[in-house]
Amino acid sequence: MEKKSERAYGRDVVGDGLHSIQKVIEPRKPYSRPIVKYILISVSVLFLAVMLVIPLIVVAVNALGDGWAAYREAILDEYTVKALLLTLLATVTAVAVNTVFGIFAAYLLSKFYFKGRQVLATLIDIPFSISPVIAGLVFILTFGNIGWMGDFLKAHDIKIVFAVPGVILATIFVTFPFVFRELFPVLNAQGKDEEEAAALMGAGGFMIFRRITFPHIKWALLYGVILCTARAMGEFGAVSVISGHLRGKTNTLPLHVEILYNEFNTTAAFAVSSILVILAVLILIARNIVEWKRK
Amino acid sequence: MRKKGLARIAAAVTVMSLLFTGCGGESGGKDSGGGSELLNVSYDPTREFYAKYNELFLEHWKGEGGEEVTVTQSHGGSGSQARSVIEGNEADVVTLALAHDVTAIEEAGLIEDGWLDEFDKESSPYTSTIVFLVRKGNEKGIKDWGDLVKDGVEVITPNPKTSGGACWNFLAAWAYQQGQDGGDEEATKEFMKKLYENVLVLDSGARGATNTFVENGQGDVLIAWENEAYLSMEEYPGEYEIVTPSVSILAQPSVAVVDANAEEHGTEEVARAYLEYLYSDEAQRLAGENYYRPSDEKILQEFSDQFDLDMELVTIEDFGGWDAAFETYFDDGAVFDEIYSD
Amino acid sequence: MEQQIVKVKNKKGVRVIPGFGLSMGVTLAMLGCLVLIPLASIFLRASQLEFGEFIQVVTSRQVVSGYVVSLSCAFFAALINAVFGIILAWVLVRYDFPGKRLMDGLIELPFALPTAVAGIALTYLYSDQGWIGALFDKMGIKIAYTRIGITIAMVFVGIPFVVRAVQPVLEKLDREYEEAALMLGAAKLYTFFRVILPELFPALLAGAGLAFARGIGEYGSVVFIAGNIPYETQIAPLLIMTKLEQYKYADATAIALVLLLISFLLMLLINSIQIYMQRFTKG
Repeated sequence: MEKKSERAYGRDVVGDGLHSIQKVIEPRKPYSRPIVKYILISVSVLFLAVMLVIPLIVVAVNALGDGWAAYREAILDEYTVKALLLTLLATVTAVAVNTVFGIFAAYLLSKFYFKGRQVLATLIDIPFSISPVIAGLVFILTFGNIGWMGDFLKAHDIKIVFAVPGVILATIFVTFPFVFRELFPVLNAQGKDEEEAAALMGAGGFMIFRRITFPHIKWALLYGVILCTARAMGEFGAVSVISGHLRGKTNTLPLHVEILYNEFNTTAAFAVSSILVILAVLILIARNIVEWKRK
Repeated sequence: MRKKGLARIAAAVTVMSLLFTGCGGESGGKDSGGGSELLNVSYDPTREFYAKYNELFLEHWKGEGGEEVTVTQSHGGSGSQARSVIEGNEADVVTLALAHDVTAIEEAGLIEDGWLDEFDKESSPYTSTIVFLVRKGNEKGIKDWGDLVKDGVEVITPNPKTSGGACWNFLAAWAYQQGQDGGDEEATKEFMKKLYENVLVLDSGARGATNTFVENGQGDVLIAWENEAYLSMEEYPGEYEIVTPSVSILAQPSVAVVDANAEEHGTEEVARAYLEYLYSDEAQRLAGENYYRPSDEKILQEFSDQFDLDMELVTIEDFGGWDAAFETYFDDGAVFDEIYSD
Repeated sequence: MEQQIVKVKNKKGVRVIPGFGLSMGVTLAMLGCLVLIPLASIFLRASQLEFGEFIQVVTSRQVVSGYVVSLSCAFFAALINAVFGIILAWVLVRYDFPGKRLMDGLIELPFALPTAVAGIALTYLYSDQGWIGALFDKMGIKIAYTRIGITIAMVFVGIPFVVRAVQPVLEKLDREYEEAALMLGAAKLYTFFRVILPELFPALLAGAGLAFARGIGEYGSVVFIAGNIPYETQIAPLLIMTKLEQYKYADATAIALVLLLISFLLMLLINSIQIYMQRFTKG
């Protein structure tokens, strides 16, 4: 691997999963102009520090404000654990649904030309443009007492809003385009020549996807899944509207944080938020392990 | 090719749709049923009170020979909690910050007419009032509403259009100035305008406003519910003082049985008992310990060290009830919008 | 555009790549069930208003000022995110330095943190009593409770969009172009602006567009750091909440509909550019 020439990693080799990771790892000797490099790195570090790291430190400082014992108590609280489980359930469901959707939709929109592609792509993005408040309201106006399906659901004794299905639906809704959004630019940039060639040589759909398309998108897919997971865990606005805040039943972690905060229990609120940060960090470590193993 | 494509689209649509309806039905069924359960939809700062009260009540209920019951709590902003009940959150009882929110549920047909007289004291078992929270030392020398419009005084209060609790703040200030101006509307409006010009941050909720004042160190005075002011004092001992103005308003949080839901769940009896027991001596004392003013005069006197009982308190009836108050002050284009309109 | 489609079809005759029907079916079914059908309820509810009423609601002075605040802050936030996003993506893909992995992993954290917590933490930092806010206060700049504060909250919630949109494309970008350009003697900056940026542009635009859209709708974090003073720092989603508090569902959905329309048109534009660029570069 060491011996690979400087130019080899720029080449796309079908079915070879190595190239993309090598691009990340290989140092760029012919280019490196140290000043530019260090300026850019410093800018990045400064930006992330001011916008991201310091706010996270605030969370951590506040979470431990009353000491470890209080922190432990807050995160081991019965309702915190229940909220955590619900958050995990909603996140896993949302990520699974959105991954399936994202793969199909990105494949469809990048490999085929048909009228209305732009409109379809934009419709998929709608959940991004909707205020989370409205995203929750949408389901209330559909499935709630005042919604047009309300009477039907009531007659059949199906509860969606102010119950677990509503929480899951709202989570799926707000994270709906994430995987698609990550896959689409990559597939778009890749074009469709390879797929066409394979198809002309007689390869079937699944074979083409697995052998040609998938190797191109697997890193983007990983990013997408991670973004989606993070966003699903942290979603607050939409779920807040739809959950009814039933303690121990429909409260997700972010909602539990809000409730603790509103009860003047600031330390516990930040302690519970830190669980979400820790979860996000765990996912990050998992991703790094996956990337490292590929190496 | 074309035809086959269309057929596949149709097949995929059908399968997916079946899958989704299947999921919805299954998970929906799981939640229904479940025996005797009472859902109390309440507002934000009552959690500690109801957590203790629920224990108290369950003990009492068992002693009376009542069947096993579990109480689930829901807390949030009073207005949005009321909305969630209207939208289908199946509360058996509501314990909200103001009667206006309960009336909204009544108008949606879920609570029967006359709920206000269903329990004692206009269905408010505990009350509170509006006070000022100032920083230790009270450097700006704030004693009464009149001091809030002085130059250089920075005021923190939530927006009455998004926070039910903030309506009480507005009305209390209004009532004070009406007394000063001898009822001159325009002069009072002018006063309110000055007051809101001094408002530095108009948070969307009471808790947000407290946070702005306490955690972020903004402003000289926070207009707050008495019970929340005490909670802040408790959380940050020695940093703040409570100032009680000469005139304030009697904030009456309202309780009601949500008849339609209780009927459906068969919980009418226990729901009624639950709210009734709020008036017992034990519950009244518990309310006092949580900084709510007990509505029982005798028990209120037990807390005379804690509460300033000499304040002049107007009530919402002095404003002609909530409907009139909203129409005059808080609806779109009413007095509050006028204050900000130029 | 019509010509393009015809041309492509003529060239190939039929679609060669299999899987069109299946992927179209799954896409439409999921989109329909999970997004479009629920979304129709907004239109249904907003249509309860007479047209005149609708116009009156969405053009009232407070509402218009809400749009202006939301849109202008979201625009600047998207711009900031675009600039720093591309720098971040570049640094993460092209350079090696200690702590790079950590930096890479941090990018998603703004999503995982509940927006309300983010808002509270940011306000704490950027108020004139906070660590960072105090520094700026000395220079006479107030951040929290002004539009600058709103913009910062929107930057925070939008950080991951641009980075993660640009990063995969940059990773896949064929270095041979650049190397060829460099070898032909093109200056580094010239290479970046003429060779690399056009390749990244669609992804950059998409990422910035998403950050913008997210900024417009953002409520949880912004509401804490905005002063919420009418006509000055009141965002449009707050006005939606205000309407809801008054049980005016139709009014609330009307305001939401306008916001939605603005974002939809913007995204449509971005997607069209993206798809056009793909045709332009890949034929």
